[in-house]
Amino acid sequence: MSFEWIHVAYAALTLFIVINYGMIMTALVRKIGARVSGRYGIPIWQNYIDLAKNIALRSKVTHGAMFYLGPVFRLTGGVGLLLFVPTIYGSVMHQNFSYAGDLILALYFVFFGTLGMALGAGESGHPHAAIGVSRGLAQVTTAELPLALAVYALSLQYQTIDITEIVAAQQGSLFNWTLFTNPLATVAALFGLVGTMMRSPFDVVMAPQEIPIGPPTEYHSSYLALMQTNRVLFPVAKVVIFMNLFFGGATNWAEFAVKAFAIYMIPVLIGVVNPRFRVEQSIRFFLKWGLPVGILAIVTV
Amino acid sequence: MRELIEHLTPRYSLGAPVFQRPGLTFVDVKRDKLRALLLDLRDKHGFTHLVLLTAVDWLEEGRFQLTYLLNNRAADQTLGLRLYLDRANPMGDTIHDIWPTAATYQRELREMFGIAFPGSPRVDEEFILEGWTDMPPYRRDFDTLAYSQQTFVERGGRETHEPRATMKHKLYPEG
Amino acid sequence: MKDIDKSFKKDTETDFPLREEMRPRKVTTPDGQVIDIDPLQDYFCQEPPKVHRKSYSAIVEGFYNWARANSLWILGFGTGCGAIEMRPLMTPRFDAYRYGIQWRPTPRQSNLLVISGYLSVKTLKRAIRAYEQMPQPKYVVGLGSCTINGGMYWDSYNTIKKLDEYLPVDLYIAGCMPRPEALLAGLMDLKKLIRKGEAEGANRYAENFDWYKANQKSVIKDWDMPDYSW
Ligand code: SF4
Repeated sequence: MSFEWIHVAYAALTLFIVINYGMIMTALVRKIGARVSGRYGIPIWQNYIDLAKNIALRSKVTHGAMFYLGPVFRLTGGVGLLLFVPTIYGSVMHQNFSYAGDLILALYFVFFGTLGMALGAGESGHPHAAIGVSRGLAQVTTAELPLALAVYALSLQYQTIDITEIVAAQQGSLFNWTLFTNPLATVAALFGLVGTMMRSPFDVVMAPQEIPIGPPTEYHSSYLALMQTNRVLFPVAKVVIFMNLFFGGATNWAEFAVKAFAIYMIPVLIGVVNPRFRVEQSIRFFLKWGLPVGILAIVTV
Repeated sequence: MRELIEHLTPRYSLGAPVFQRPGLTFVDVKRDKLRALLLDLRDKHGFTHLVLLTAVDWLEEGRFQLTYLLNNRAADQTLGLRLYLDRANPMGDTIHDIWPTAATYQRELREMFGIAFPGSPRVDEEFILEGWTDMPPYRRDFDTLAYSQQTFVERGGRETHEPRATMKHKLYPEG
Repeated sequence: MKDIDKSFKKDTETDFPLREEMRPRKVTTPDGQVIDIDPLQDYFCQEPPKVHRKSYSAIVEGFYNWARANSLWILGFGTGCGAIEMRPLMTPRFDAYRYGIQWRPTPRQSNLLVISGYLSVKTLKRAIRAYEQMPQPKYVVGLGSCTINGGMYWDSYNTIKKLDEYLPVDLYIAGCMPRPEALLAGLMDLKKLIRKGEAEGANRYAENFDWYKANQKSVIKDWDMPDYSW
């Protein structure tokens, strides 16, 4: 694929659509949660208002250069993740900057934001941030293990590390999806997805009642707005990868919307019925259940 | 309970007991006998639980009263030991080694009544008040109304309705 | 009410000693240097707060105010009995979330401090710190009679009686204790104030900073923090 400037505009368009989709979808999920518990729930556009409010705040306190860069890195992680995988399969506009080795890059970007956040939150000097960061790194690292193994299993299975080709191989019928051709790898990767979504039972990093909200404790106004943007973008970007790797990708925006919502609901549903793990419990959980499945997935391809 | 008090009275020279109600008895003790009595009660007579340790300021009589309330769960008996201290120089004996919870009570008494308990852990640290420089606020010669009027800004227009007069006026306006 | 009792005189002479960890001292660094440390000067930023002007365009400011009004983040900090009445707002019966009201666990991310009842001197200190750490514009709501004139703690030796001497209050909600409906109605009124651009408490605080500080220091004797906690 050769580079043309128009791709930048296309990618920006994809980004714009995905951010708005994420804004609405996360609000919708909260609204569904509220309705289930008998509340009316937040307005569906609440995320936009919060964003505008945070940008409108007048005073900003900084704690140093890394403090600025933390949210920036985090957002870079989200944007990077999105831009280097094809969002809509077969569409010239939303192919983004996908290239032959993007699978590895995507794996890297999943982790990138956490690292950036660790640096930024560390600089804020708040003890709760430090606790949250150390927990977050420990937990995300172990949650990534099954994910990485599953990805290797996939690249063995399809003999490629190009996401576009993996998606292409899954077209045609429902049973060409990796979900059915390699269920073990799918399960292993789901461990990774659920573990990095920051939802219960793996939300000890944020733990609002315990260490206020962990790493972002000190973040406010525009910094927080950046992080909010990322908080809606990053899960969707992650879900896009999953959709591409295991659920046959999406060929148009409608399919994208439905599939992304369905995949996003997996961690949500797990989250609402499970209490929070402590960090050593969740590490043990991933090593005990996630890792063997991942190894099995590699062994059996 | 009567037997127990009768049994203990000569040995610890207790004062006259007050049988408040079945299961609750008060008795006066002397300061030098307190410790032995507490140990005896705890180890031999089943009073294993220190319910509370509190103080009363008898301003007119010039003394503080410490009340040690002990409970015997098995027999459902509560025994209050009353100990009088000189108000001018109140000095108690710490019992935190008998019941560790006592340390907290003693810290509170130290702060609120100014009763010293030498040897009790962290007894001289602030407990509830912060930056308090006046006299201990639970002493009865500390006038909290005057203190609050001299310290905190007030908003005008506050009316106080004494309940009895107000209700009488409301219900029977003719008198 | 009883008149001021002349016979009792409050102790105004004794100063409370500075806490051990706040006293200036000499410290030997790991590489052997001996340096002087004055924690109050060195550990904290000494800047007073600034008055932040509104944005120049009325339309932009109007939009901002609309966003602020519809996204009120309350600091989850309860001080008195009234904190109990704030929690039902999260439940299905009252559901404040539908008005864009949320609770945040950290002062950095909240705009609204609800002083929910009596404020002892010790808590006042924490409330001031929490308030000062919130980003501008920020709002204070006094909940219950205790914040208005002392309520039933009017003769207490340890609770303040008039909140607006110490923090710039935008709105009071009277009652002892106010029902959640009253609180919700109060928050709706606060929204109207914000929409009109009248909730400028933070700027008032910055303008009258010396006055507020003098009031605060007159009741908090062990002042061991910077004048403005950034
Ligand atoms: S106003 Fe009443 S309910 Fe509220 S804090 Fe004061 S005493 Fe408690």
